[in-house]
Amino acid sequence: MLVPRRTLLGLGAGLAASALTPALRVAVAQPGGPFTLPALPYPFDANEAAIDARTMEIHHGLHHRAYVNGLNAAVADHSRIAAMPLDQILLRFTEMPETIRTAIRNHGGGHANHSMFWLIMGGRGGEPSGELAAAITRDFGGFAQFRERFDRAAMGVFGSGWAFVTVNRHGGLAIVQRPNQDSPLMDGDRVLMGNDVWEHAYYLRYQNRRAEYVRNWWNVLDWARIGERYDAAKAGTLTI
Amino acid sequence: MAFTLPSLPYAHDALAASGMCQETLELHHGKHHQAYVTALNGFVEKDATLQGKSLEEIVKLSYGKAEMAGVFNNAGQHWNHTLFWPCMKPNGGGKLPGKLEAKIVSDFGSVDAFKDAFKQAGATQFGSGWAWLVVGKDGKLACTKTPNGSNPLAEGTGTAILGCDVWEHSYYLDFRNRRPDYLTNFLEKLVNWEYVESLLAKA
Repeated sequence: MLVPRRTLLGLGAGLAASALTPALRVAVAQPGGPFTLPALPYPFDANEAAIDARTMEIHHGLHHRAYVNGLNAAVADHSRIAAMPLDQILLRFTEMPETIRTAIRNHGGGHANHSMFWLIMGGRGGEPSGELAAAITRDFGGFAQFRERFDRAAMGVFGSGWAFVTVNRHGGLAIVQRPNQDSPLMDGDRVLMGNDVWEHAYYLRYQNRRAEYVRNWWNVLDWARIGERYDAAKAGTLTI
Repeated sequence: MAFTLPSLPYAHDALAASGMCQETLELHHGKHHQAYVTALNGFVEKDATLQGKSLEEIVKLSYGKAEMAGVFNNAGQHWNHTLFWPCMKPNGGGKLPGKLEAKIVSDFGSVDAFKDAFKQAGATQFGSGWAWLVVGKDGKLACTKTPNGSNPLAEGTGTAILGCDVWEHSYYLDFRNRRPDYLTNFLEKLVNWEYVESLLAKA
């Protein structure tokens, strides 16, 4: 049932193989390219308290893979961009060639967003500690208020999109919404964490009940990992 | 007068053999479409300037206004789904009726060229949205796409005579991530071409 080469946009199919070396052509056929689908850092059923294993499998193996394939296709004829790290591509989004800007926005954003999404889950929820907890209290008044504001942002996305928490070099936090696969990196903001509210993220288990999904999502967050991202942001080493 | 959810012109399980299962239709019509109607009525109740206006008027007056985004989203989606349901029927698809086929061949070159253009519009609408067949202002048929709750009425791109919902909730239970397959199935097995022809005659 896997259809790894099909993407929603059909962009994965249009690679200009003639422009590539024979070795790369083999890689593309597998498929390949500079960007790869990261392995999940846990089994498909690790987020069962919020997300069923089947959804994890399809979301990671088909949806995320399609974004990786689409991004590789977009940069296939642009060796300079293909050699750049993903966060730098998105941070310099406005400098990207116009012919591939939409593909980078959709597929590059999708790749970055999902890579971040898998990393911050696989935990058992609860609350953050240390500096991150202090920053949440400073910027939102407390964890309960933070969570409520984040959920309101997630519920307020009409159609496909994400709610994110961005973090600046001084550790300042902000909650933002983005449509589709737009990444805050495109606006120069690093992402601490985010929740995918495309229907594909929750439809098999929750159908139209996004509120229930958004509420349960907190049960599988890995606050140790998110805390590391916070530290990395302050150190200037956080990428996607 | 509050807006109401229109009844489906077929049973909830009537399209199951054609690739749209009962659960999809129950959720899509009874939950998603109903939620848009309920939300729209909530906005109208609170805003006297919307009261007494037709759905079409509300769609047009709220389009492109940031402060009316909620009104537009829900009015647009009520309008979109109201067009969508009768565009399908049990055992749909098949041969196009004569006048519609002649118009399509005249404007697209062939029925296959039209189908390719329609599927392309739906497959390339990134994220939630709709694919449309419209009679443009020049009188010619064209395939278009719109994001989220928008539509050709709001955007002034012509009179819609066929619409296909490409929000994931339309196809996720039946097709998962395979939107292109959903679009092909829609055209080949679901569309009520006689209804589309009747809208062409009125356009």
